[in-house]
Amino acid sequence: MALNSHIPEGPMADKWTNHKFESALVNPANKRKFKVIVVGTGLAGASAAATLAELGYQVTAISFHDTPRRAHSIAAQGGINAAKNYPNDGDSVHRLFYDTVKGGDFRAREANVHRLAEVSVNIIDQCVAQGVPFAREYGGQLDNRSFGGAQVSRTFYARGQTGQQLLLGAYQALARQVSLGNVELLTRTEMLELVTKDDRAVGVVCRDLITGAVFSLSGHAVVLATGGYGNVYYLSTNAKLSNVTAAWRAHKQGAYFANPCYTQIHPTCIPASDDFQSKLTLMSESLRNDGRIWVPKDSGDSRSPRDIPEADRDYYLERRYPAFGNLVPRDIASRAAKREVDEGRGVGPLKNGVYLDFGAAISRLGKPVIEERYGNLFEIYERIADDNPYDTPMRIYPAVHYTMGGLWVDYNLMSNLEGLYVLGEANFSDHGANRLGASALMQGLADGYFVLPYTIGAYLAPLLGTAPLATDEPVFKAAETKVAENSRRLLSIKGDRTVDDIHRELGKVMWENCGMGRTEASLSKALADIPAIREEFWTNVRVLGDNESLNQSLEKAGRVADFLEFGELLCNDAQQRKESCGGHFREEYQTDEGEALRDDENFAYVAAWEFNGVDTAPTLHKEDLEFKEVHLATRSYK
Amino acid sequence: MSAPKMHIKVTAWRQSGPDAPGAFKDYDVNDVSPDMSFLEMLDTLNERLIENNEEPIAFDHDCREGICGSCGMMINGVPHGPERGTATCQLHMRKFNDNAHITVEPFRAAAFTINKDLSVDRSALDRIVEAGGYITAPTGSAPDANLIPVPKAVSDTAMDAAQCIGCGACVAACPNSAAQLFTSAKLAHLNLLPQGQAERWDRTIDMVETMEMYFGSCTNFRECEAACPKEISVDFIAMLNKDYVKSQLKQRRLAGQVFP
Repeated sequence: MALNSHIPEGPMADKWTNHKFESALVNPANKRKFKVIVVGTGLAGASAAATLAELGYQVTAISFHDTPRRAHSIAAQGGINAAKNYPNDGDSVHRLFYDTVKGGDFRAREANVHRLAEVSVNIIDQCVAQGVPFAREYGGQLDNRSFGGAQVSRTFYARGQTGQQLLLGAYQALARQVSLGNVELLTRTEMLELVTKDDRAVGVVCRDLITGAVFSLSGHAVVLATGGYGNVYYLSTNAKLSNVTAAWRAHKQGAYFANPCYTQIHPTCIPASDDFQSKLTLMSESLRNDGRIWVPKDSGDSRSPRDIPEADRDYYLERRYPAFGNLVPRDIASRAAKREVDEGRGVGPLKNGVYLDFGAAISRLGKPVIEERYGNLFEIYERIADDNPYDTPMRIYPAVHYTMGGLWVDYNLMSNLEGLYVLGEANFSDHGANRLGASALMQGLADGYFVLPYTIGAYLAPLLGTAPLATDEPVFKAAETKVAENSRRLLSIKGDRTVDDIHRELGKVMWENCGMGRTEASLSKALADIPAIREEFWTNVRVLGDNESLNQSLEKAGRVADFLEFGELLCNDAQQRKESCGGHFREEYQTDEGEALRDDENFAYVAAWEFNGVDTAPTLHKEDLEFKEVHLATRSYK
Repeated sequence: MSAPKMHIKVTAWRQSGPDAPGAFKDYDVNDVSPDMSFLEMLDTLNERLIENNEEPIAFDHDCREGICGSCGMMINGVPHGPERGTATCQLHMRKFNDNAHITVEPFRAAAFTINKDLSVDRSALDRIVEAGGYITAPTGSAPDANLIPVPKAVSDTAMDAAQCIGCGACVAACPNSAAQLFTSAKLAHLNLLPQGQAERWDRTIDMVETMEMYFGSCTNFRECEAACPKEISVDFIAMLNKDYVKSQLKQRRLAGQVFP
């Protein structure tokens, strides 16, 4: 199957406008004849489900949570970007577009990014109209702050809880549609199979997590908004339930998986403390606006941070990147921290962190200002680390946070399988090899509120008059049998190891061999280790309980089983990409100064993988990337 | 990094399904690090249970950062446990003494049926939001964001209310199982903002009346505020009461029109 990105013709700035005009429409009276299944109710899923229902489509929204207000979008702290230029500091749609393409290390599709920048301004308008309580100036106007990778202040925020407020806005819009009867909402329901017929998505098979019942849903289109796969590393800042299952099972039905090796390691997380650690906690990147990052110059310095004089501190980001300083993009800040720790200058009991110091900001601005800006983040930190950041610098270290890769989609956000749309973090399209801060919320809402509602009409219009495939068709029955059989198999192994134990082992292999730094040898090691862990899982995992009631171990086992297959694809992708770019750092490919060395000649493409079987090598398809507006250049933040 | 390990005795509510009888069961958890979160302590217990071929304790959780609102249980009779303003996932074992005896139970309220062990069904809270906890603003219809100035104090107070995580601790803490704090937080968030004025009175009536279908009545015990992981103030309940009375006066519905 050839990859066609369906990028519209015409000048960059006109593509989206022209495309909207040229796309077929479904008339208002006919929209109710189409059924759309939306899987996932985070920012992308909830905004898409609400908007499609407002337009008149029949929507079924599925969430494995108990309510659509829980998805991990809710944990995003810092903010959402938009090219509003309210501060009058030189921002524009073109600049946001430029920053995002450059920040993504020239591995994103220009046309998608431009559209993202265009609709960013509508998102802010939409959210304010819904009542999202963004921070305000005293005159009642919206406040902005700056974020990594940008030299303008374009980030809108609601204290340190921006993701929460945006998700609640989308959730409330969705709740309104539920009450109007336009959305059928299925909570505690997990999608476990995508059903296709003739390379067209026709429905999904789900499991009711309370009763264990397996059932099919049929629709004219299926929308996956199921988030990222960071938990393949076991320890990440993702929520515990975040997983790759929906995307992976769609991949096994033929949907291509693009750029899985692009994983973002967030520079400011609380360092791990012990083996029992169940997850890592992120401290918003916005802290880098006022916090200064440093390590002691002398690796043996065991003094308390407050006793280390200025002369003995190395503010390494300010030293190495004077123009951007502490606000360099995430990948650069992360690798710089790794370098300090690897060279023995790490701080804290396990010497696995660097300091993020607010001392200077508190002296300059006063404690109340810092409290107003970051109070809730400081509280989170104190709760976990048992240290007061007003007095002692925070200790931070990078952790897996976001995944730029995802299912391949065209300009319309449709995968290579017709009728399958993929939104938000679950797709690959807008962030290239590295996502800038405050851009995930922007992309999730752009896809759900302003892109899919236009593009899905063009797919549905020609289907007018066709009914969704009946759920007693053999393709549905076969998929239901597969889901039931998978549960039965997991429950019957009755081995000796818990699901978490094996997941932790996988995570360790992934982090050590395919984490912040990757080499040919480490990837080969991971590729040798993962199948063995998978074998161990399928012969020696212990899943207790039954299939007929709430069984969280069984749910978890199904998700870890998918990570055990997916991890291999991630490493395969990392191995074939013999260059360093953004979140993918191959140690063999770096400049003399230790910066990522891209190879635009050979690797300016999207790697889209086709599934051929669990123990069979996947097929690589390439979508070449063209950079017409933003010229390929080495990123420099000096 | 080797703070001395603690021993904890856990008495946990075990119930296999919504209609099954439940009972308390005792467990000993050794090797508890003071740096563990409460849920990590339960993870550790669950790993031991699986090793001993006993089904792990079911409990809801997800973000483990105190923001998603999934987790929540009664810890020694207090929703989310002893630390004020803290969700269960952000409670750390260093807040307990060595050899502490901790009783964990599900949130209990008539509207919260038990799914299994510590997991409860809180969907009645969604019904309240569906009744009017939104501002009608279909996608695409919004004016420029800065055309709606919102005084900073108003925005800040709306945000104080809006940070509710929907965990249900307020209901569990209330002797009447009332959901006034939850409902009032959503009402205050939307009713304070200029964008929320058009639907203010209908929203108030619809949400309050839906709330009363599922939950008990507020008699000002203020246990909800003490239990709230976001420390949302009961002042918002006063605002709810004021708006509810006003909404009756401003009732714009036609006489004889019937609403569910």
